[in-house]
Amino acid sequence: MTSASSLDEALRALRDEKRTPIAGATDLYVALNFGTLEQRKFLDIWAVDELRDISERGDMLVLGALATYTSMIRSPLVVKRLPMLVEAARQVGGAQIQNRGTVGGNIANGSPAGDSLPVLAAADAVVVLRSADAERRVPITEYYTGYRASVMRPDELIVAVEIPPVEGKQWFRKVGTRAAQAISKVVVAGVRSAQPRISFGSVAPTVVRVPLTERALASGAGIAEAVRVLAQEIAPIDDIRSTAEYRLRVATNLLRRFWTETA
Amino acid sequence: MPAVGNSVARKDGIGKATGAAKYADDITFPGMLIGRTIRSTIPRGRIRSIRFDFDTAGFTIVDYRDVPATNAVDLMAQDQPFLVETEVRHMAEPILLLAHEDREKLNAASVEIEYDEEEPLFDPERSTQVFKSIDIVKGNVSAALEKADVIVEGTYRTGHQEHIYIEPNGVIAVPEDGGIAIHGSVQCPFYVIKALRCLLGSAHPNVRVIQTETGGGFGGKEEYPSMIAGHAVMLAIKSGRPVKIIYDRVEDMVATTKRHPAIVRHRTGVTRDGRLVAMDVDVLMDGGAYVTLSPTVLSRGCIHAAGPYRCDDIRIQGRAVFTNTPPNGAFRGFGAPQTEFAVEVHMDRIAEQLGIDPVELRRINALRPGDRTATGQTLRDDCSAHMVLEEAIRRTDFSRKRKEYKGTNRTIGLALFYHGAGFTGAGERNLKSKARLELTPSGVRIATGSTEIGQGTRTMHAQIVTDALGIPYEDVEVAQPDTSKVADSGPTVASRTCMVVGKILEECAHEMKEKLGGLTPAEYYKRSGPFTVERMYEPPDWIQWDDKTYLGDAYATYGWGCDVVELDVDPDTYEVRPIKITAVQEFGRPIHPALARGQIEGGTAQGMGYALLERVVMRNGAMANSTLTNYTIPTTLDMPEMDIVMLENPYPGGPFGAKGLGELPMDGPAPAVVNALRHMGLDVREIPATPELIANCVARA
Amino acid sequence: MKFMLNGAVKEVATHPAARLIDVLREECGLTGTKEGCGEGECGACTVLIDGEPVCSCIIPVAQVADAEVTTVEGLNGVHPLQKLFMDEVGAQCGICTPGMIMAALSLGPAPTLDEVRTALAGNLCRCTGYSAIYRAVMKWRGMPVGDTPGSAVVA
Repeated sequence: MTSASSLDEALRALRDEKRTPIAGATDLYVALNFGTLEQRKFLDIWAVDELRDISERGDMLVLGALATYTSMIRSPLVVKRLPMLVEAARQVGGAQIQNRGTVGGNIANGSPAGDSLPVLAAADAVVVLRSADAERRVPITEYYTGYRASVMRPDELIVAVEIPPVEGKQWFRKVGTRAAQAISKVVVAGVRSAQPRISFGSVAPTVVRVPLTERALASGAGIAEAVRVLAQEIAPIDDIRSTAEYRLRVATNLLRRFWTETA
Repeated sequence: MPAVGNSVARKDGIGKATGAAKYADDITFPGMLIGRTIRSTIPRGRIRSIRFDFDTAGFTIVDYRDVPATNAVDLMAQDQPFLVETEVRHMAEPILLLAHEDREKLNAASVEIEYDEEEPLFDPERSTQVFKSIDIVKGNVSAALEKADVIVEGTYRTGHQEHIYIEPNGVIAVPEDGGIAIHGSVQCPFYVIKALRCLLGSAHPNVRVIQTETGGGFGGKEEYPSMIAGHAVMLAIKSGRPVKIIYDRVEDMVATTKRHPAIVRHRTGVTRDGRLVAMDVDVLMDGGAYVTLSPTVLSRGCIHAAGPYRCDDIRIQGRAVFTNTPPNGAFRGFGAPQTEFAVEVHMDRIAEQLGIDPVELRRINALRPGDRTATGQTLRDDCSAHMVLEEAIRRTDFSRKRKEYKGTNRTIGLALFYHGAGFTGAGERNLKSKARLELTPSGVRIATGSTEIGQGTRTMHAQIVTDALGIPYEDVEVAQPDTSKVADSGPTVASRTCMVVGKILEECAHEMKEKLGGLTPAEYYKRSGPFTVERMYEPPDWIQWDDKTYLGDAYATYGWGCDVVELDVDPDTYEVRPIKITAVQEFGRPIHPALARGQIEGGTAQGMGYALLERVVMRNGAMANSTLTNYTIPTTLDMPEMDIVMLENPYPGGPFGAKGLGELPMDGPAPAVVNALRHMGLDVREIPATPELIANCVARA
Repeated sequence: MKFMLNGAVKEVATHPAARLIDVLREECGLTGTKEGCGEGECGACTVLIDGEPVCSCIIPVAQVADAEVTTVEGLNGVHPLQKLFMDEVGAQCGICTPGMIMAALSLGPAPTLDEVRTALAGNLCRCTGYSAIYRAVMKWRGMPVGDTPGSAVVA
């Protein structure tokens, strides 16, 4: 494991050698303890303080990749502009995990159950990727290509997430395996406006938006119709924590609840 | 001020809170090796070949051929090998042991084992190999069923439960002058000695077991440590060096014992106005691949299976059977949580079917002094079923809330239960448990094999001796259990550590007091030197028990409880949110109120986990969700406010009137939760009552 | 690499990817921090890094370079919570206790019961059902506990 103390140092290291960036380690070290990671070379970026900021640039809310759940919960900017992210962050693990886990890590880990991901997707967040030579922006809705797979290249680092202003009521609900320290079985974030935006986690190989359902709602079709569309649009699975049947039923219930509570 | 009955300063000192207390993994010895267990990766079959894909230099390797005497863990049977010879009967069965100085090299060692696989049996209902069967017959249940006004039938299921002591299993075997010492996280050091004697035979006669500070047991360290200790000892003998084996959480969850899953069938005859006239019960328990303690788990489960109710005609038939899964074993409650879940849920179904208030149904049928239990035991004045029931109903405003909550997302339910203290029947007599008091220069030392595992043994025993002897509490010390230095007090299980071992200590203290003849220990010691009092437990002489018919006085006394649970069910997600639990429990009287309350709160929390959250997912005969991420015990946010009421009804056979307490709290929460769900219209008949299960009930309702 | 350990400079020569818990328990000889799961779920391994509770079983030691690490030993056995945990029976078997105490240190001067629950949601206890832990913590902060004490009624 080598450690970088600046972004430039980190990007040069990634350009020169294939390494796995590690920050809060709340996913990577769990996998390491269970021996499920082959011997990987890590690049420790915890000390890259320039990636910690939470700020506004123009009308964008910019979350540095190393913003922890705790810093997002405490940030007046996030509280004001993206309260559904505060809701999500409060329900990640317990205090110890919130103090170390980062938004960049949640994105990079790419679990379909990642709790911040539906929030970012519903907010049309943009992932900022940097390499030694270039910077590019990828909407989070185009970031994942499959189960734990993304467009990020080995020489790139997530440096920030940019969130445009969110118009409309925000709504978030996580259904976990218990009340705290829980992996989500269904997780949903929604923004209610003339063009509602709804995103689910744990119902597909990646976090997903549900455009058909959104369109149904936007067209005034009514919640009953939207629920029917949703039931066709997502295909959750059975796994060790829950069942497809439960996930589907709960997802449709929560769509109804979102619609009622944000009316 | 007496020590007994007050929450005196604990004998543990402050070490647990400062990090100074030494648990097994905190201890090292010079030249120590780390041990690792190579386990089977199939549920049933035979080993065809074993190949080492690593450089064996520096490794100690042990297989079944290294067993000095008998390759069997001596418990109730001798069917379970320490190491597989050729036949594999369950996943994660131990085959080989490795030890090395270097943990990384140890963990990197790759062992290739080829098997000839056979078709495994996982379904206990299809198993024909019976470890134990029990048939309790009171009266004539068939005739009584025919005369009943109404018959209510039901089948109830409980799953595995994993102990999740926060400290996993671990021991260190240390060669020492002329022998071997085992330091480890154990509940029953003398069980380990017994098993090691059988393993080692006459070649290694000098073994002692020393209990290290133990981070939780709950039964999971009752019999299992014999296995891990045997493994460490074999590695220590072969290498000539100390060997430490500490399981990581995954290994502990997959390979060690769990609570027996059970299927309980009830066929109950009642009169139209709610009197129980016939109880026909069938109990099936999944014992896993070896006998371990299944006979006694089944026994306790069957004895409690008719619940705290009177009924003249009862039949309870039970079987503990074999499956190709890791053997199940002791877990707080020991069969009673399973069968008392079934009978209490069944009672609420009977109430529903008859249109009778479930409280009224209990009032009509709950046992009273003078009534006879299913085994024909006549209960005495220490029967408190009605006392705990009435207090719980009154305190929780149960009847009003039952009406008020109907039709909302909130609900309330109750369970009435009891738990026999001490070993069943002649068990305590057969144990021949002893306790010892030693005079020291300034006071006395308690030298028993009873272990402190968080429940307060050290403190509670010291309180009893303090008051029985009439000396200051500060002058009573408690010896660390080292089998070479303490008396064999029997195992630290079965809710007996206070009632039985505490009683022996009380008697020892009385004898010592007489001998001291008015002198303080210091005065006597100065004048005449030390002396020791050792006594054996004398069970009440009125106990009559027939092991063949399973009839008679099953236990010297019982604890009694009534739990009321209030909870919300989320209409969108079917998640259950407990709001409040009221636990009314009668256990004689508390020796240390704060420690006793801790037993009730902790046992109730484990019961809530059993009811709602703790699901063992088995795949191919092994626990698939073997991490703390995926096997979910209650966190702070899962546990509601608990209102604990400790009622007193002193039991003359116990020290200062105390009965057993450790397991009683485990029996109530699960049926109380399910009965609350029933009140909402949810016909739940198994636990854990997960949101997925509740969603299905809603769909069916 | 160097870091501050319980107020004093500590130099360790270990692999940068080593788990902080192993460095503390083995190289530093401080066994007060316990391992219950190795997956950041049980909180028994909780230590403070720059005053914040974290799970040391999932921290690479490289990340504490120049940081302040506090373990239970750093309380020197005289923190009021330590005696309270014993007296209120917030500690039964004690294995979760060091981590529980370290996590509780993050609480403000006047926490509500809900704030205590939330602060300790990352610490699993199997013995107590948590109520006695709340009593110990609330007593430390001089806050009313608010639950009904267990009563003993003579039959």
